[in-house]
Amino acid sequence: MFIGKVVGTVVASIKDEKVVSLKLQIVQELDEHNAPRNKYVVAADTIGAGQGDLVLFAQGSSARQTTLTDGRPIDAAIFAVIDSWDVDGKLVYQKEGLEAIGVEPAEV
Amino acid sequence: MYLGRVIGRVVTTQRLTGLHGVPLQIVQPLDDRGDNAGDAVVACDTVHSGPGDIVHVCDGKEATMALAEPFVPIDATIVGHVEQFRHDGPGPQVEGQELR
Repeated sequence: MFIGKVVGTVVASIKDEKVVSLKLQIVQELDEHNAPRNKYVVAADTIGAGQGDLVLFAQGSSARQTTLTDGRPIDAAIFAVIDSWDVDGKLVYQKEGLEAIGVEPAEV
Repeated sequence: MYLGRVIGRVVTTQRLTGLHGVPLQIVQPLDDRGDNAGDAVVACDTVHSGPGDIVHVCDGKEATMALAEPFVPIDATIVGHVEQFRHDGPGPQVEGQELR
């Protein structure tokens, strides 16, 4: 899987009926240092990620392993919104607003 | 499958229900010499590996077969903790960390 940022949404009124009612988000792939890679995907959003959220997405036939995308022509699926990640023991990213649930803000 | 080194960890509370309790590690893929090769990926972990460990990662939909709940959108899972791997060609042999 890869880390990505939801940077847009796709609205396609004329599409395969198996893709109807699926929320399609444009996800910019990010590297482990929170820098954009030169890749993006259109991914089915199975957990309601918001604009600008950092997420995890899976690709290939694994993306069909959810009740929403099972049996559908989908090859990329968002399955988690990221709270934080660290590399080599150093915090790289932490979602703002986590203070509300007792996570003190970190200097990133 | 491919070799990798665990370099970090991802925390996500909002995730698909089937994935609760599954650790998500950041893995730097390695080539057969132990040198970095390709982009870091995020992989589920079934062998409780920690930062710095050398592991081998199962790719694609098969990655879900190592998980308690296999019906999840996962395309990479750490399935082995590597103590040592040998390469019969020239060049240094790579020693992994011993098991903790």
